[in-house]
Amino acid sequence: MSHKIVSKRQLGEEVFWARIEAPLIARARKPGQFIILSINNDYSERIPLTIAGADAAEGMIELIWQKVGKTTAELADLREGQSIANISGPLGTPTHIDNFGTCVCVGGGIGAAPLLPIATALKAAGNTVLTILGFRSKDRLILETEFAAISDELIVTSDDGSYGRKALVTEPLKELCERDPKPAQAFVIGPTVMMKFCCEATRQYAVPTQVSLNTIMVDGTGMCGGCRVEIDGKPKFVCVDGPEFDGHLVNFDLMMKRMNAYKKQEQAARAAYEKHRCKIGLDE
Amino acid sequence: MQLTRSTGAKSGWTNDRSDRCAQGGFSAHALLPFDARWTRGLRTHPTGSRTVRDEERQQQLQELLAKQAAGELKPKDRFAIAPQAMPEQDPSVRRCNVSEVALGYTKMQARLEAMRCLQCKTAPCVQGCPVQIRIRDFVTAIAQGNYPEALDIIKENSLLPAVCGRVCPQEVQCQAKCTVGLKFKDVEKAVSIGRLERFVADLDHGEGAVPSVAPATGKKVAIIGSGPGGIVAAADTRRAGHDVTVFEAFHKPGGVMVYGIPEFRLPKAIVEEEIETLRKMGVEIVTNFIVGRTRTVDQLMTEDGFDAVYIGVGAGLPSFMGIEGESLVGVYSANEYLTRANLMKAYEFGKGADTPIAASKRVAVVGGGNVAMDAARTAVRLGAEKVYLIYRRTEKEMPARVEEVHHAQQEGIEFHLLQSPKRVIGDENEHVKAVECLRYELGEPDDSGRRRPVAIEGSEFEIELDTVIIAIGNQANPLMRQTTPGLEFNKWGNIVVDENCKTSMEGVYAGGDIVLGAATVILAMGQGRIAAAGINTYLAGK
Ligand SMILES: Cc1cc2nc3c(=O)[nH]c(=O)nc-3n(C[C@H](O)[C@H](O)[C@H](O)COP(=O)(O)OP(=O)(O)OC[C@H]3O[C@@H](n4cnc5c(N)ncnc54)[C@H](O)[C@@H]3O)c2cc1C
Ligand code: SF4
Ligand code: FES
Repeated sequence: MSHKIVSKRQLGEEVFWARIEAPLIARARKPGQFIILSINNDYSERIPLTIAGADAAEGMIELIWQKVGKTTAELADLREGQSIANISGPLGTPTHIDNFGTCVCVGGGIGAAPLLPIATALKAAGNTVLTILGFRSKDRLILETEFAAISDELIVTSDDGSYGRKALVTEPLKELCERDPKPAQAFVIGPTVMMKFCCEATRQYAVPTQVSLNTIMVDGTGMCGGCRVEIDGKPKFVCVDGPEFDGHLVNFDLMMKRMNAYKKQEQAARAAYEKHRCKIGLDE
Repeated sequence: MQLTRSTGAKSGWTNDRSDRCAQGGFSAHALLPFDARWTRGLRTHPTGSRTVRDEERQQQLQELLAKQAAGELKPKDRFAIAPQAMPEQDPSVRRCNVSEVALGYTKMQARLEAMRCLQCKTAPCVQGCPVQIRIRDFVTAIAQGNYPEALDIIKENSLLPAVCGRVCPQEVQCQAKCTVGLKFKDVEKAVSIGRLERFVADLDHGEGAVPSVAPATGKKVAIIGSGPGGIVAAADTRRAGHDVTVFEAFHKPGGVMVYGIPEFRLPKAIVEEEIETLRKMGVEIVTNFIVGRTRTVDQLMTEDGFDAVYIGVGAGLPSFMGIEGESLVGVYSANEYLTRANLMKAYEFGKGADTPIAASKRVAVVGGGNVAMDAARTAVRLGAEKVYLIYRRTEKEMPARVEEVHHAQQEGIEFHLLQSPKRVIGDENEHVKAVECLRYELGEPDDSGRRRPVAIEGSEFEIELDTVIIAIGNQANPLMRQTTPGLEFNKWGNIVVDENCKTSMEGVYAGGDIVLGAATVILAMGQGRIAAAGINTYLAGK
């Protein structure tokens, strides 16, 4: 069964959104879960992407991704009406949603996408939702209106000051943690280094912090162990034990190294793809 | 052997093949492109003298048959026939390709090998076979040149002879019991039952050989997992006329036979053919469907109308050693390494395939089973210059098939026996740079009867490496347990079943590695068959 892309648009520099037919996954998924897809059957790689939204009645899931390696670039070149050969899921343990009181949700870059369903569910569960979204620059801003609709307070930052407040997300995060009463729970999703510094910040204020890890994966069912990270000194599999973990226990430094294991190969593959793409005239 | 690779990057495997393999004997086989489909009956043997030898063999066979016809063939004549060696790709050539290593008997070899069988009245070999194939009878049929009959006999008990002939540990099963081997006090001189099984299976081109299906019963059966157990359970329940759907988590069906066991040992085309047969029988195969996540067992039965379920999800949770440094970059589980290489075709990275794998130069594989041999031999084929196999006991205790151990040694893998890693050491980039090992000696026998390895204190030493592959076994994947309340598991996380492979849940059967712990293809197949019989009986009374 292949999965048709029913609509697709570009959200920002290198960032794309698509709505895709996947009725079984749409029906089963819960916030915090992800899928693994491969574009074709035989030679494509399998990559994990968080489910950014779903419509069970219509059998649709929404994915948001940033062009990084070859597969995400190829995905960005697919058009409406074209299909993805394999999507399996929903994978991972769903987010624990509860009425915590006040929650801080921090999304960095593309991390805003997986954060949205969690923030939405937190709001629906009765929490006061304070959101911080950080982007490199204005052209990478995504999902601002969507978050505005479900947040009690929304702070947008950019690294270069081209939009919102010129700051790293840790700055407003510390401010929110200093409020009285301090937030009951923080949810942080974004680049690994950002999650690391956010966790260092919330640790100072003893605010429990959930992070969602996006490691390299193969099967997504616990079979290979390629996704493992060190949590409190012990190996855990992100695809089954996660993707969410207590951020204060994650060994982020090791995780970053593991994430870069294939960096050279990825870059070479993407470069080769872009070259080929030019030749066949996909670059309009 | 000193090997050179032209580039550090995994850019051109084919490019550096010439210098890596120049010293090897030339073979047309080596020139096959990697995606070359293995075709039955279309194999090139490396020995040019094959036809000449076959003429000699034919003459020998004629003489033996004439003697037999005259009623003069004695056991001593049979003992005098040399055990037939399996034609193989030359080690220096096969190091550089992923084509099958063992090439299969010629007809003359098969018939001569079959003539070695004494046709024992008690057929002890049958007792050694987990599914009691009538071995004596099929071997006799081969000796007579009656191949279709031989295959029919095998298929009474085994649905996947082309697979089992290749991967069964015959030396501890049927061949261990064979009178001929006992007579020579050498199991390697037993009748080569596995090779004969493979030989007749390979002659069968699968043309039109689709098993017949009984009239529709209107009952629905779900098979979870498409490994050998699932394939057999699907075939047997479908034959009874049920509407059968196989659900597979991966994007390709076949289980360990496609993601674990490498092409050079079990060509994917064989497994594909078996899956195709299921499709032709009308079995629906749904991939990318993870039972427990996409739908639960309960949902399949209460909402989706399935009347019975077979759970054959395999072991599927790699064991790690729990030592320091096991999460460093460059440490793989064998499952990950083999999945990248096999299923995802990482050996063609940059040449069509998108999945990368480490460009390793010095690799250590930890373990002594089939999985360890497969990982080590795959590392060789991916271009590693030095591959070590580190095992806590001695070669005698290795659980791997003897043939694979031999093949690994021939391919230049260096065995480090009575050693085990104590920690993995990383460089400043958290990348593996060495393992620290301890030496061991064998102490008293443990529960399994094997002598327990005991670490020698103060015997630490280091081996420099860039990749470590952990192949010390698989445990039960907890997903089924977590998502199927009402299903009983033992303390190791394996599903508890009765003698009919029935679980604690009505209408739910299970078999293979999820029940037995990491076991074998033939045992999984056997349980798939028992479970299917159970399901058929259950549904007949429903
Ligand atoms: C590298 C390697 C080499 C081996 N070599 C040999 C050998 O030489 N000889 C031998 O006899 N045995 C060998 N074995 C063992 C043998 O392969 C297994 O015992 C056998 O395959 C088990 O069969 P199974 O039916 O239990 O299913 P498996 O082959 O384990 O397949 C299970 C299938 O279920 C799927 N699955 C898992 N969870 C779910 C889910 N929740 N929903 C849907 N599908 C799911 C998996 O993706 C998989 O495809 C080897 C194993 C490995 C790993
Ligand atoms: S035990 Fe050996 S010799 Fe006897 S019937 Fe079996 S295969 Fe033939
Ligand atoms: S991706 Fe293989 S175990 Fe998590």
